Amino acid sequence: MSNEININVLVGEMAEAIQVHCTDRGYDKPLMIGIKRGGAWVAKELHQSLKLSDPLGELNIAFYRDDFSTLGLHPEVSPSNLPYDVSDQHIILVDDVLYTGRTIRAAMNEIFDYGRPASITLAVLIDRCERDLPIQADIIGKTITLNEGEHVKLLGPEPLTLSFTGTEK
Amino acid sequence: MTGNSIQLDKNGNLKHFLSTEGLSQSLLQKILDHAESFASVGERHVKKVPLLRGKTIANLFFEPSTRTRTTFELAAKRLSADILNLNISTSATSKGETLSDTLHTLEAMHCDMFVVRHANSGAAHYIATQVAPHISVINAGDGRHAHPTQAMLDMFTIRRHKKDFTKLKVAIVGDILHSRVARSEIHALNTLGVLETRIIAPHTLIPKGVEELGVHVYHDMDAGLEGVDIVMMLRLQKERMRGALLPSEQEFFQRYGLTSERLAIAKPDAIVMHPGPINRGVEIDSSVADSERSVILQQVSHGIAVRMAIMAMTMGRSADDIGETE
Amino acid sequence: MMRIHIKEGHLIDPANKLDAKQDLYIADGKIVGIKKKPQGFESDVQIDAKDKLVLPGLIDLCARLREPGFEHKGTILTESLAASSSGITSICCPPDTDPIIDTPAVVEFINQRSRDAGLTNIYPLGALTQGLKSEQLSEMYLLKQAGCIGVSNALSPIDNAEVLRRSFEYAHSCELTVFLYAEDKALKNNGTAHEGAISTRLGLPAIPESAETVAISRALLLAEQTGVRLHFCRLSSARSVSLIKAAQEQGLPITADVAICNLHLTDMDIADYNSDCHLQPPLRSERDRAGLITGINDGAITAVCSDHQPHDVDAKAAPFSLTEPGASTIELLLPLMMHLVNRKELKREKAISLLTSQPANILNIDKGSLETGKDADICIFDTEADNSVNKTNLLSAGKNTPFLNWELQGAVTHTLLNGKVVFDRSKPD
Repeated sequence: MSNEININVLVGEMAEAIQVHCTDRGYDKPLMIGIKRGGAWVAKELHQSLKLSDPLGELNIAFYRDDFSTLGLHPEVSPSNLPYDVSDQHIILVDDVLYTGRTIRAAMNEIFDYGRPASITLAVLIDRCERDLPIQADIIGKTITLNEGEHVKLLGPEPLTLSFTGTEK
Repeated sequence: MTGNSIQLDKNGNLKHFLSTEGLSQSLLQKILDHAESFASVGERHVKKVPLLRGKTIANLFFEPSTRTRTTFELAAKRLSADILNLNISTSATSKGETLSDTLHTLEAMHCDMFVVRHANSGAAHYIATQVAPHISVINAGDGRHAHPTQAMLDMFTIRRHKKDFTKLKVAIVGDILHSRVARSEIHALNTLGVLETRIIAPHTLIPKGVEELGVHVYHDMDAGLEGVDIVMMLRLQKERMRGALLPSEQEFFQRYGLTSERLAIAKPDAIVMHPGPINRGVEIDSSVADSERSVILQQVSHGIAVRMAIMAMTMGRSADDIGETE
Repeated sequence: MMRIHIKEGHLIDPANKLDAKQDLYIADGKIVGIKKKPQGFESDVQIDAKDKLVLPGLIDLCARLREPGFEHKGTILTESLAASSSGITSICCPPDTDPIIDTPAVVEFINQRSRDAGLTNIYPLGALTQGLKSEQLSEMYLLKQAGCIGVSNALSPIDNAEVLRRSFEYAHSCELTVFLYAEDKALKNNGTAHEGAISTRLGLPAIPESAETVAISRALLLAEQTGVRLHFCRLSSARSVSLIKAAQEQGLPITADVAICNLHLTDMDIADYNSDCHLQPPLRSERDRAGLITGINDGAITAVCSDHQPHDVDAKAAPFSLTEPGASTIELLLPLMMHLVNRKELKREKAISLLTSQPANILNIDKGSLETGKDADICIFDTEADNSVNKTNLLSAGKNTPFLNWELQGAVTHTLLNGKVVFDRSKPD
């Protein structure tokens, strides 16, 4: 299945869609934030092709996860890095796979602890079309459906590939 | 030897933080790595993360200390935990209610963590052996034995300035005999692989057999400072003059006080540290304490991030880790 | 009175160089025959001692029975029971009860309780100074009349050298032995652990070796001056042994004992803040432990005592320095001595003499040997029995043993006091 998906093509399409989305809404100089780790890799590609002037931000949502009490402190230890004030800015939040929506909730909570943005646009490479929370992406690279027990994961940073596990064929 | 078995759970995660002794280098580095993440939280608009929301932490201070208690309190609040401050005079516990009674009362109030400060060595260790399995104990200073969070914030400060521990020569100066900070620093520095740890003090302030902790002993300040990268000064308590350990503060300053002239004997980029509060003109000259070589105030602000990291690590263990019985 | 025939036991009596398989005959509370059956002897009871050691009843130079005053830690009844279950038939107890043994009334109280229990001979030491306060001399003569076997200031130090000198002189005129625990309070400086790498590592306030050696040196000089018969209680350091040996070689009437814990444990054993290893005197280094063993083999130390100090649970439930010092040891005294024999640190005859004939000499009592005509205080010991130490099988009210989970070998099967079986392991209760 992974062979059927060309990530470079998807990223190119997403960049175009983001451009259109921002122009339509009059977002001048939006700030891009990637969720570590996969989302940050995708965001880096998008950030380059959109030639955004402000540096790329990175979020480590380990401190905002809602599974802390059952899974413990996440081993990912590199800190969040938002090298600007997010207040009153238009944010493009990027993640690799949108699944339950819990990661996005955590990321939005964290962004609000840095300041009050004017808007947040969500861009994801893959949308699994299943949610625990009422969260939708504005820009989607590709929509896929997986059976229960199957997982998709972005491997990177160089090259970016998708790995499917739990697939029984 | 003191309780690395008791400090870790069966999966090797930090359960209690009682001493820097007996913990692995990778675990100490992990604490510093996590602290780095929490340090960035302190620079934000909202300085709080929801990690320990719904948890209750009890500050059990059997010995008064506003500074240490405040940093633990701030660290707990920045992790969104609820914090209970209890100042317990030891005389009250010795009459009637035993220490165990106090602990079980707090357990019944559903506390998840005890931060313990006590005038007697081994107190945090003792409490860790008494509490229910889901409760973590953090040692905020026990007698002369250990003050591991202070040592780790010192290590954090060193790492920010010097990167590689293995190239460092460190001198710890002052009242080693009574210092829990010094003992915890010595264990941490040696575990992190420094080139050499020196202690500098008169014979009266050096405990017997301290060489076995892995230090070189100097009685002459100038000789001890030669070529060091880090100078860690200790606070000198006034009561030491009364115990026939030292004649006077003035004499101590003459012989062991850190002045600009003395600091010049150390490496040109050597940094100066002190756990605070400092006694100007006793262990350190104002011109040094306020110079750019001094990182004393950075130590204070790092204290919060390091304590957040340790609290998050001890409480942030998976259900599988906690479900153990020891 | 009962006539008892102890059959085929292995008799060991260091006082008479007896070490052989022989029968022993008891009548009217006395030993009436060894090897050879007395004419016309007909036994009421036979005790099969095949493959067992038959020893003189053990004499413990120091055990605290906690009564009067500390009954929540133990009583004369509970602790005598523990003692008799371990072959101990004579106990010397220090005067630090509450009230202190500084009046004949307290001595009479203890003697009465001891008779009521009927399990051991109890020999109280009288206080050397009134209230153990190291100020005024106690009424030593009256205490002696009431039954005190010697005088002691227990664990209370005597700072004032003049008081120490006069108390020695006065005890000497009363023909009483002074039992001195030598510790310099100022040098001890509220310490709780041996000064060395371990106390440094654990941050425990340290007790230097000199806290003991300085106090011993001072007492030796005053003993020399006053001529008192002086017994040093509970040596803990190797250096102390050499001081005492030198004094003995000089001809002074000096003896010394050591507590069983200090022959087995060192400061390494407190490394986990184990409050059951919080002792007074402290556990010192391995070098000191080896020096104490050498002191025994050299003859400088002539007795080993349990230094039994039973405690309630709360006394040990605190950070190390806040716990009360002392260990519950009376039941392990003989198995722990035999353990030293098994480890070849001591010869068997020597080990037994340290618990029998030699403490009898120190106390100047006519006990501690197996001779016709002597009181039939006997201990029968099965060397092969397993003896694993756990809190549930300790009879003492104090469960504070540093030897928890030790696998020792050997257990007492019978104890006889004045010809009466006061303990029989095969008959529980």
